[in-house]
Parts: sequence; C-alpha cells; structure tokens
Amino acid sequence: MTKDSIPEEKKVVNKIDLHAELIETGVEQVLIDLDKSLIGLDPVKTRIRETAALLLVEKAREKLGLAHETPTLHMSFSGNPGTGKTTVALRMAELLHKLGYVRKGHLVTVTRDDLVGQYIGHTAPKTKEVLKKAMGGVLFIDEAYYLYRPENERDYGQEAIEILLQVMENNRDDLVVILAGYKNRMNTFFESNPGFRSRIAHHIEFPDYSTSELLDIGSAMLDQLNYCFTKSAKNAFTEYINLRKEQPHFANARSIRNALDRVRLRQANRLFKENDGPVDAEKLSTLEEVDIRESRVFSGGIDN
Amino acid sequence: MKLRQGTFSFLPDLTDAEIHTQVQYCIDNGWAVSVEYTDDPHPRNTYWEMWGHPMFDNPDAAAVVFEVNECRKQFGDYYIRVIAFDSSHGWESIKLSFIVNRPKDEPGFHVSREEVKGRSMRYSIKSYATNKPEGRRY
Repeated sequence: MTKDSIPEEKKVVNKIDLHAELIETGVEQVLIDLDKSLIGLDPVKTRIRETAALLLVEKAREKLGLAHETPTLHMSFSGNPGTGKTTVALRMAELLHKLGYVRKGHLVTVTRDDLVGQYIGHTAPKTKEVLKKAMGGVLFIDEAYYLYRPENERDYGQEAIEILLQVMENNRDDLVVILAGYKNRMNTFFESNPGFRSRIAHHIEFPDYSTSELLDIGSAMLDQLNYCFTKSAKNAFTEYINLRKEQPHFANARSIRNALDRVRLRQANRLFKENDGPVDAEKLSTLEEVDIRESRVFSGGIDN
Repeated sequence: MKLRQGTFSFLPDLTDAEIHTQVQYCIDNGWAVSVEYTDDPHPRNTYWEMWGHPMFDNPDAAAVVFEVNECRKQFGDYYIRVIAFDSSHGWESIKLSFIVNRPKDEPGFHVSREEVKGRSMRYSIKSYATNKPEGRRY
C-alpha cells in the first residue's frame, strides 16, 4: 500500500498507546485473573500473554493502516490429565472475545462422539452441525486423538478430520479450534495427520504440577468450599501428595479434588462417630490429620 | 425481470457481509434462521425446499452464511432465501425473509387473461421459467 492510498481519516491516527489499549479492551483484567486463579502453568501463561500481545499489535497496525494479517490461532493443548487444559480453553475463549478476534466468545466442548457418526453419511452433517454451533467462538475438541483410529480402516473419524481441516482453513475468521489430549497420544495423532500439525500454529504443553503447587491448588479448592486444614493435616496432605504422585493413574489437580472429596467424607463420618454434643461452624469446617491418614495410600493401596 | 419478493428486494443484492449483519440481527432477537431454495418464483409459492434444518442453536451468523454458500454451490442457479421464524407466543410466524441468491437469467412472468361469465376478466400470472419441468428451469 502506498502512502497516498491511505484513506484520509486513517492518517489522523498516528500514535497508539498499547498499554491503554490493553486496559481498555479488558484484556489486562483477563490476564490478571488468569495469573491469580491458575496456580503454576508458567509456560502456558507466557504463551497466552504472547498471543494477546500479538493480537493487540495486529489491531494497532490495522488502525495505522499498515499491512496486517489475522494470524491463525488454532491451538493444541497437550499435557497429562488434570493439568488444566479445559480451564485454560475457557479463559482463552473469553480472552479472544475481548480482543475482538472471535465475535461471540462461547466455548463448545466436544469429543469424538459429537463429531463422528454411526453409519455412512452420518458423519459429515454431524461434524458440520458442531462446527456451525462453534462459529463465532471456540471449538474445544477433548481427547482429539480418538478421532483417528488406525486399527479400523473403515472408521468414520477420518471423514470428520477432513471436514475439520477444510473448515479450519476456509473459515479461519469464524472460529478457533483447540485440540487437547495427553501428550504421547497427541504426538502419534499429529504424526499420522500431518495436515493437522501444520494448520495448528500454537502447540502448548501443560507441565505437571509440583507438590507445592498441588498443595496450593488443594488449599484453594478447600477455601472455596469453606473448609480448612489443621497444621498437622496440611503436613499429612503434603505427604499424601508425594505418595500419590508416585502411583499410577495420577491425574494432577483432578486427583487432588477427588482426594479432598474423600477427606470430607471421612470427616463427616468422624463427626458422627465422635458424637460429643452439638457441633459449631469451626468443627464442621476443620479437616483433621486423622481424616487424611485413614487414606489407603498410606498403607500402600491405590486411590483413584 | 428481477424478482421482487421479501425484504430488501428493491435494493441491490446483499453481499455476504450484509447478509451476516442481517442474520445476526435475527439471531440476537431469538428467531430461528433457516435457508430455503426453489426454482419456482411464483409469488404464491409459499413453501420452498428446506436446505437443512432451521438453525436454532447457532449464536453466530457465520454458520448461516456458511450454509448459504453451501447451498449456492449446489443450487447456484436457483432462488435462495433466508427466513427468520419467531416462535414467541402470539407471533409464531416468519418475521423476516429475504432473497440471497437468484438465477443469472430471470425471464419474468406471463399475464394470462381469461374472459369469464358476463364480460368480467380473470387474470393469472405464470413464470416463463416454469414451462420447463422442475430442475431444468434455469
């Protein structure tokens, strides 16, 4: 574009305050919320900040009449179970909406069942229906690798993949697709569908949480439910996390939530057994060491 | 002769962006939007063929524009319209309907006059296109 062809009203704007823009669009608030409410996940947060910055810069460039191209924002989230993939996807939808990249900012969560049909000719309409529902927002495909089943060559998953790819390419402005799943299986999935890998610009990995992060997450969960640990219970829970982490089927934050549910169960049971007169609010909301020590994990068993 | 049926029909044909804006207005009002097509332009031909189901649960108009374009691929030489149905009590009818695609060549209508009892006249119109069987009209 030559300088002369820039329309008159666009020449008036020649400086844009990026920081003012950041606050004005409400993006700053989303980023702060993200920092506060999500514990750990530093690489993910950095990546989201980068994406937000890029989109703001693109917007500013557009205002100044510079050449700009809306970047592809399809993403893949890979990480172990319970590392916050769905939660982040929800935030992502909100963020992209605030940035004006998607028009509505709703999140449509689907799995293989919602995309793949049961008989010939059933898959295409089903997939298209889902894609249409997600337009103007974000489509989140959980456990995306199930779409591709190499062991069955007549599987309809391939058809769903083809339609997905086509819409991801042609309707880039209308929706953002986020694929999520466990790391190894996602890698195999991308290897067998090279078209997917190249159409997804952002591959974000969700790291496992450390013990202290998991403890923070647990405390935050309890806070929300108006429960608290005694000091000895907190130590016991740290021990519990360390033991549980070494066991199979450990699902990070999700396992913590399940463990806390069981602790609450034992607490309720204990309160009934003790049966020493009326209880007050403090007693109802305090989790003791014994509630945790009773877990099978301490005697070498497995919790879910 | 350009067919003048439905809203906006005296304006130049709407672009996809304009269709998007109109449809978004319908969706924001809670109306169910759907796409229909026909090759019989008679004004009393009320029920056109449905292109897929009415789109009840799409929050964004992009889905409708997408379907309009899909329909154009298959029926590019047909009339295609977008209709918005208001299901609220007391209305339960079409609130907005406009043509989004038309054949390249529209031959127009023939007016036939019939002399009936007394010297009174009875008029009817018939599209020249409908002389041919369905599917081969445009």
